[in-house]
Amino acid sequence: MISTSNLSKTYSGNQVLNIESLEIPRGQSFGLVGNNGAGKTTYFSLLLDLIQPTTGFIKSNDIQVNKSEAWKPFTAAFIDESFLIGYLTPEEYFYFIGELRGQNKADVDKLVGQFEDFFHGEILGQKKYLRDLSKGNQKKAGIVAALIGNPEVIILDEPFANLDPTTQIRLKEIIKGLTENRDVTVLISSHDLLHITDVCERIVVLDKGELVKDLVTSAATLKELESHFAN
Amino acid sequence: MINRFLSLEWKSFFRSASFGKSLGIKIFMGLLALYFMSMFLFIGFFMDKILKKVYPDIDPLVAFNGLIFFWILGDLLVRFFFQKLPVMSVKPLLTLPIKRKSIVNYVLGKSAISFINFLPLFAVIPFSIKLIYSGYDGSPILIWVITMILLTLINNFLNFIIESLSAETELSFLPIIVLVGALYSLNYFGFVNIAGALSKGISAISNNPVLLIVPLLILIGLYIYNFKILRNKLFLDSGLKAKIKEVNASNLDWTKNFGDIAPFMQLDLKLIWRNKRTKSSVWMLAIGLLYGLFFYPQPTYQGMPWFFVFIGVFSTGIFLINFGQFIPAWDSGYYKLLMSQNIKYEQYLKSKFTLMAVSVGILFILGIPYVFFGWKILFAHFAAAIYNIGVNTHVILYGGSFNRKKIDLSQKAAFNYQGTGAVQWVIGIPLLILPMGLFAIFYFLISFEIACLVLILLGIIGVVFHQKIMKAITSKYLESKYKMIGAFNQNN
Repeated sequence: MISTSNLSKTYSGNQVLNIESLEIPRGQSFGLVGNNGAGKTTYFSLLLDLIQPTTGFIKSNDIQVNKSEAWKPFTAAFIDESFLIGYLTPEEYFYFIGELRGQNKADVDKLVGQFEDFFHGEILGQKKYLRDLSKGNQKKAGIVAALIGNPEVIILDEPFANLDPTTQIRLKEIIKGLTENRDVTVLISSHDLLHITDVCERIVVLDKGELVKDLVTSAATLKELESHFAN
Repeated sequence: MINRFLSLEWKSFFRSASFGKSLGIKIFMGLLALYFMSMFLFIGFFMDKILKKVYPDIDPLVAFNGLIFFWILGDLLVRFFFQKLPVMSVKPLLTLPIKRKSIVNYVLGKSAISFINFLPLFAVIPFSIKLIYSGYDGSPILIWVITMILLTLINNFLNFIIESLSAETELSFLPIIVLVGALYSLNYFGFVNIAGALSKGISAISNNPVLLIVPLLILIGLYIYNFKILRNKLFLDSGLKAKIKEVNASNLDWTKNFGDIAPFMQLDLKLIWRNKRTKSSVWMLAIGLLYGLFFYPQPTYQGMPWFFVFIGVFSTGIFLINFGQFIPAWDSGYYKLLMSQNIKYEQYLKSKFTLMAVSVGILFILGIPYVFFGWKILFAHFAAAIYNIGVNTHVILYGGSFNRKKIDLSQKAAFNYQGTGAVQWVIGIPLLILPMGLFAIFYFLISFEIACLVLILLGIIGVVFHQKIMKAITSKYLESKYKMIGAFNQNN
């Protein structure tokens, strides 16, 4: 589904990302871990064509993302709060995203309705603008918005950060459910090793922009990651 | 402590991400300051001559004192629009072992040494030196200069109180207009002779230095009041608590008539109505619409038809100019979202175009009563409106592709220079000067009617080639996509 070749990004002589080759097959739940500055967000930004690669390219479903825009209809992402439109209510925001992805109000209502548990009664019908919600609640709205319109690739940057424990557990269920029938490819990054080993079947460790570990998740993965980061 | 604050500010100034880019504005502001300084010096130097000419029978100092009331009012107005309380990011300081008192004192103290407080001295000092030179006693004049400084500082702190009051109301200009208007009319209609009383008071102080205590006490009182306001604001929740009010979600279904650009139009309308900065620019519409009333009633302008076009472009295009100049910076807060979503850039821009074109139409219709001043004015406005729709909308959209400055929508609008770059200064030339120049040339060479027709023709050409022009503009935006994302990501 997503193939990365010779990808590198350099800011004024300082290389922040260098991935020779990385293949992510369709339907995989893919986890990215690494300390601050490892290049996780840079990789996601390149995947969304928000920054230009210095060398190499990423192909999503055989579409080179910085050459064509045809990847946009099947790709959804929530990277940070700048993906929210502060002066809309959550409902309006969902409808807006829905309209961009060819969904009518009923479609959006149906999808969003499935996440009432996840919202915990703090998002829908609150008559508040997104900018007035707490960080955690903003994140919930952003994550759900990224699921609108049956995307085939979903990118979530640190989805567990800022969420309360209950919501973290529910989010794990949601992510597991997405990849259940091997249609949707989910890419997430996290600093929480426990959560990411729980939901991802494959985990890649980045260190200073380089790919240092590529693991198929097993019972031993958490131990291995912990010992890697302890040094 | 003050040294630390100063060094923090020094660093924030020179290390700011937009330092290099906003240098142009700073140089411009510097030149403006130099201009005002020399103007005041000039006035101060010739003050005695001017006053002698206007009031030949009155002593120049007494005459000047008589005018102080009006100076205070004017000064307050100017301050309200141009002087803001120095901004300091206090959040990181609140948890450190720094007394709140010293933060507040620092901010207030810094406001006292602002440029606008020194400006009057450039006029007052040469004036007083000339007075002493021409035979006045030295010490009363010295006391007088001190009084002037105190009055300036009183205005300084009074302004912040007015500003903090008006920050709480929707119509932010109201308090200052009411205050200045009330004081002026009380004086003008003779209910209270404030100007006279003030003049006498100042003369009394000059002759009896003990009375200096009066302005000094007023100043201290205002300072303490400011101190209290600011101190109460130094808590994180003070700004947040009351603001969250229930919102009425509107469905705006009528925008569906515009077809595929409907989602963006809804977004733009909400953008305008739900944010402080854009909302107050709606009030600018009224000013733009009534702009002609400043000129048309005066017979001088009746003989200057080329000037009608300027008013026409401005009053039918006020929304176009106000809103258009910051495309796409209005959306800078969530630009990354738009760029990663499944949107057609052309639709996004077309929504903005439609809004601007419709606004020109509405403003022209609202301006039809100008026909009262002559049908020529209406015709010129019509030509200007067509020109606005056909040419200026495209020009300003094209200019927008050079915007690289983020806008924080929650900030208030009037004289907020955030998001302003060289683009905003340069774009005014093709927008306002070009149609006026074109019109003037054809007016002087041929006739008024032909000149109007030329503008209309240009407008129609623009409308005919709309699709082609939009394609070119869209590719320009796509070209600068990464630069915009990068720039909008930075906090200035």
